[in-house]
Amino acid sequence: MPLVSVRDVHKSFGKLEVLRGVSMDVKKGEVVCIIGPSGSGKSTLIRCINGLNDIQRGSILVEGQEVNDPKLDKLALRKKVGIVFQQYNLFPHKTALENVMMAPVKVLKEPKREVEARARALIAKVRLSGKEDVYPGHLSGGQQQRVAIARSLAMRPDVMLFDEVTAALDPETVKEVLLTIKELAAEGMTCILVTHEMGFAREVADHVYFTDRGVIVEHGPPEELFTEARDERTRRFLSQIF
Amino acid sequence: MFELIAPIFQRLFEETGWNFIIFYDRYEYDRFVTGISISLQLILWSTLLSLVIGVLGAWVQTARSALLRGIVDGYIQLFRNTPPLIQLLFFYFGLGAFTPQVDMGGYYEPMISAFTWAVLSLGIFGGAFNVEIFRSGIEAVPKATAEAAESLCFSSWQTYAYVTLPLAFRISLPALTNNLVSLAKTTSLAYVISVPEMTYTLNQVWSDNINVPEMMLVLFLFYVVVVSLIAAGLHALEKRLALPGYGR
Ligand SMILES: Nc1ncnc2c1ncn2[C@@H]1O[C@H](COP(=O)(O)OP(=O)(O)OP(=O)(O)O)[C@@H](O)[C@H]1O
Ligand SMILES: [Mg+2]
Repeated sequence: MPLVSVRDVHKSFGKLEVLRGVSMDVKKGEVVCIIGPSGSGKSTLIRCINGLNDIQRGSILVEGQEVNDPKLDKLALRKKVGIVFQQYNLFPHKTALENVMMAPVKVLKEPKREVEARARALIAKVRLSGKEDVYPGHLSGGQQQRVAIARSLAMRPDVMLFDEVTAALDPETVKEVLLTIKELAAEGMTCILVTHEMGFAREVADHVYFTDRGVIVEHGPPEELFTEARDERTRRFLSQIF
Repeated sequence: MFELIAPIFQRLFEETGWNFIIFYDRYEYDRFVTGISISLQLILWSTLLSLVIGVLGAWVQTARSALLRGIVDGYIQLFRNTPPLIQLLFFYFGLGAFTPQVDMGGYYEPMISAFTWAVLSLGIFGGAFNVEIFRSGIEAVPKATAEAAESLCFSSWQTYAYVTLPLAFRISLPALTNNLVSLAKTTSLAYVISVPEMTYTLNQVWSDNINVPEMMLVLFLFYVVVVSLIAAGLHALEKRLALPGYGR
């Protein structure tokens, strides 16, 4: 059974149909990249998987549970599905360590001491040892983004969603963040990434989906999609990027 | 304290005629101290009530229910657009007439004292402004930050309590300082329903002793000191809470 299973999902904002029948399966431990032009609905798709946006038709199963079931405990779902955004969205009034500790302590009510040990380990893992007590306002974009990743990981999710997490960073810091994600993937974390970093997608992804105007135009292993795309739209998009 | 200052003011009175009787007469001194204490309690409790109302009201204003939002809107309009003096009179004489009297063993007392009515009325008055102040603070908190909390399993109340409100509070502090200072000043109106706070007390003192200018001076200085302390305290808080690496 796939960990995440998206079936014929339709999603509109008012009259605007943003997703028009999207399907994808993500197996445990897989790294999936979603690419496509701006406005094609990539962010919307990822937000639907986390239940931040609802859908009008179709189904999204995470570990066999329907995300759009009104009876579903949204909190239980979100514990399984971590998400990292383009703009990091750290809590500016909390230090890096507090940012990472907050949800497990306040929401999951886990013992503070235990969470702190885990949070420090996570901060070390994203190579930010020494920055524990620094506030987000005093961290660079790349550092903030890595704190955001650690913060999501502190909830021990089964799958991580990344929405263009390097798009707001300068090229130098992009590398640090991508390295962190790469390590995460190597450890077997299931990842769904929206990205414009084609080199990264090629290297890390098991499977790449190309979306355009709310549909998945084609998908396949990166070496296949990047070199012998069948669809004209995919080829055009890739030629613009490379 | 009294023993220390009494001789000085006694002499001042004898030599110049300036009658600061509250500083050398034991009875008037005790009255004065009680007045200070009642005034400070009135400021404290009505401020706390106004803050609770502000926080809850602003939260309701983020809710989905149009009915709830409408009720809070109506409350804000009503209390911001009527004089606080009229509100006090309305609460004390209007609503007070309908509250039961309790047997205090022989004599009867209203269940809700004038002091309590003043706290309620002033708290509700100040709260109407606080709802607006917190609401605009909340609107200034980036939606994405609250969304990040939501995606980390925070319930909507937890998101409000741990993320939105702490940030909104910081944004709101300058406006809040203004309103709380204004509320502290407005507590002097409780004088009209005979709450023995500073204004009422000194009014009694000057009626008994015909020393209006002296007591007026004391009254002025009392509010200058109280307001300065509140403003200084809130400015210190503002500094302490300033977000590291953001703005100022
Ligand atoms: N909350 C919303 N309300 C209305 N329209 C929205 C909302 N969110 C997204 N949209 C619209 O849905 C479409 C798809 O947006 P989405 O953010 O999913 O695209 P994207 O593929 O992530 O694009 P980008 O690469 O620019 O991030 C866009 O036309 C956008 O304007
Ligand atoms: Mg997007």
